[in-house]
Amino acid sequence: MTGNQREALIEVEGLRVEFKVRGGKPFVAVDGVSFRIFRGETFGLVGETGSGKTTIGRAIVRINPAAAGVIKFKGRRINGIIPKDLDREVTHKIQMIFQDPMASLNERAKVDYIVSEGLYNTRNYTDEQDRQAKVQKVLAEVGLLPEFATRFPHEFSGGQRQRIGVARALIMEPEFVIADEPISSLDVSIRAQVLNLLSELQKAKGLTYMFISHDLSVVRFIADRVAVIYKGQIVELAGTEDLFRSPLHPYTRSLLSAIPTPDPRVEREKTVMVYDPSCHDYSREAPHWAEIREGHFVLGNSLEMAQYRALLA
Amino acid sequence: MSEPILSARDVVVKFSLRGQVLTAIREASLDLYEGESLAIVGESGCGKTVFTKTFIGMLDANGWVDSGSIMFEGKDLARFKTEREWLSIRGKKIATVFQDPMTALNPLRTIGMQIQEVLELHKGMSGVEAREHTVEILDQVGIRDPEVRYSHYPHEFSGGMRQRVVIAIAIACDPLILICDEPTTALDVTIQAQILELIRSLQRRLGLTLIYITHDLGVVANVADRVAVMYAGDIIEYGTAEEIFYNPQHPYTWALLSSLPQLGIKGKPLYSIKGTPPNLFSEIRGDAFAPRNPRALKIDFVERPPYFQVSPTHFARTWLLDPRAPKVEPPETIRAMQARYARRAV
Repeated sequence: MTGNQREALIEVEGLRVEFKVRGGKPFVAVDGVSFRIFRGETFGLVGETGSGKTTIGRAIVRINPAAAGVIKFKGRRINGIIPKDLDREVTHKIQMIFQDPMASLNERAKVDYIVSEGLYNTRNYTDEQDRQAKVQKVLAEVGLLPEFATRFPHEFSGGQRQRIGVARALIMEPEFVIADEPISSLDVSIRAQVLNLLSELQKAKGLTYMFISHDLSVVRFIADRVAVIYKGQIVELAGTEDLFRSPLHPYTRSLLSAIPTPDPRVEREKTVMVYDPSCHDYSREAPHWAEIREGHFVLGNSLEMAQYRALLA
Repeated sequence: MSEPILSARDVVVKFSLRGQVLTAIREASLDLYEGESLAIVGESGCGKTVFTKTFIGMLDANGWVDSGSIMFEGKDLARFKTEREWLSIRGKKIATVFQDPMTALNPLRTIGMQIQEVLELHKGMSGVEAREHTVEILDQVGIRDPEVRYSHYPHEFSGGMRQRVVIAIAIACDPLILICDEPTTALDVTIQAQILELIRSLQRRLGLTLIYITHDLGVVANVADRVAVMYAGDIIEYGTAEEIFYNPQHPYTWALLSSLPQLGIKGKPLYSIKGTPPNLFSEIRGDAFAPRNPRALKIDFVERPPYFQVSPTHFARTWLLDPRAPKVEPPETIRAMQARYARRAV
C-alpha cells in the first residue's frame, strides 16, 4: 500500500502534548509524534492505558492544545490560533465517537437534542424543519427508528446508545472521524454490530477513521494501517498485515504476543514476551524515526535499524 | 473421570424485582472436577456470575435458590440458610476474585491488613505469625518487595498489581475452589497475560480447582481445560476446550465464535447475532436461543432440548443433534476455522 500519491487528510508532525502539574514540571503525555492519515483509510492507533493514544485524538479535535508540533487538516494547520472560517470547517469536518456510551450521553436530554447539539452549536441548519429532517435521516443511517428521537438515553441498550453516539458525530457530515475505543465497553455480540455499522458508513460516505483501541484483534480486523504507541511515543507504524506478520520493535512484539487467540492449542504453547525498555541502549545514540521499508516505520538507533533490516530480509 | 468436587443439579435461581419474579438461572447443572479449570462463557446477563454466586451464598438479598441442589463435601449448599453456615465455606473453601480491582479493595486500609484480616478470621493466626504469612502470600502472587508493600494503600498500586492483591486475599485461606469472575476484563492485554500466567501457576502450585468466568473466548482458550457455554440462565453446551473450539455443536456457540474479530475476514461484515437475549420475566418455551437463530427448527420453539452426547465429555442442548433432525451445517466462519485447525494438525 503506497501512500505517496494519496491525499493526506491529516498530517501530524512532532506533536507534543503536556499537562500542567501543580508545583512541578509539566507531564509530557505525547512527545514527537508524527504520522499521516490518508483519505478513505482506517488508521489504527494501539497502545495501553496511559500511553497517550486518546490524548493524540483529543489534540486533533483540539480539546487538548498541542504544546509543540503541527497538526494539518487538508494541508492547513489547525492547531494554535487559526482563522475563523477554518475553525468552523474543522469543527464540522472532524468528529469524535467516545468510548463509553453509558457516560458520554446527556442523561437528561432526549435523543433529538443529543443528536442535534452539534447543529445547534454551529447553527448548521436552515430552519426547524431542516433540522428535524437531518435528525431523522441520520437516525435511519445508524439503524435507529425515527420514534427514538423523543426518548431518553436510559431507554436504550449499550449498542443502541453507541449508535446514538455515532449519529451525533455523523450529523455534522464529517470527513474525518476519531473513534476512541468505540466498542470496548460493549458486549461481545453487540461489538460486531457496531463494527459493521462503522464499516458500512465508511463505504457509503467515504469517511476516514482514526480508530483508537487497546484491542489488537479488533484493530487488525478494521484498520488499514496501524501505529503502536508506547508512553507517548509511536514506536512502530505499518500496514496492518505487515505489522502483524513482521513486527520489529520489541514493544510491538510483546503486545502481539499477549493477544489471546481463540485456539486452545496455540494458547497453551504460546510464550508471552515481556517488554523491558532497558533492552535499548540509547546512551550513545538517540533513537530516530525511520522508514525501514515502504510504509513501515520504526523507532530505533542505527544498530537496531540494522537488526530490524536483517529481520525483514 | 474422578468424582466431582462440586456438583450442581437443576439449579433454579429467582429474583423478585419491582413485584415481579425473574428467573435468572433455569435448571442449570454443572460438575466441577478436582484440579481442573472450567471456564463459563456467555454474554452479559446470561447468568454466569449469578450461577457461581450461589456456590458462595452471595446472591443479592432479593434473590434465592428456588430449587435444585449444589453438593459440596457432602453438604447441599442450596439448603444453606444462615450466615454461620456460609462462613464455613465462603472464603475458606470457595474463594472469589472479582472483576474490578479498583473497587474490590478497601481504600482506607493497607493491603497488608486486608490480607491479614482473612488469616486472622479464618485461620486464627495473629501477630507476627499472621504478618509473616501475609508477606509470604504477597511474594507468592508476584509482588516485589512484599515487606515494604505490606504497609502500602491500594491507591499506591497499579491495576495489575491490585488484581494481584485481590488474588492474594482469595488464596490466603488455601481454598479448594477459586472462582475468578472476569478478573482481567478491566486490564490491558499485556497485564492480562501476566495475570492469567499467575492464576495458572498458582493453580498448579496450590492444586486449586478453578472456575473462570469470562466473555472473552481468547482468554477461555488460554485458561480452560473445560468450557461451559451459558445462554439465558442455562448451560447449553459443555466439553473440553478442544471440543468447544474445534467442534462446537450448539448454534449459540457457533454464533459466539463467529462474532470474534479474530475469525472475521477483512473487508467483509463480521457475523453479528441478531436480536436481544430473551426477557427473563416471562416463561421461556423451547430453546431460548431459537428466536435469534436463523436456522432454528420448528421444535426449537416448542420443546426444550435435552442434552445430547457428542463424546463422553462433550454435551450440547440442541435439537440439531437429535437423530431425527435435518442435517444443518455450521456457518461458514466455523467451517473455515475447522478447516484451518485440520490443516494445522496434519
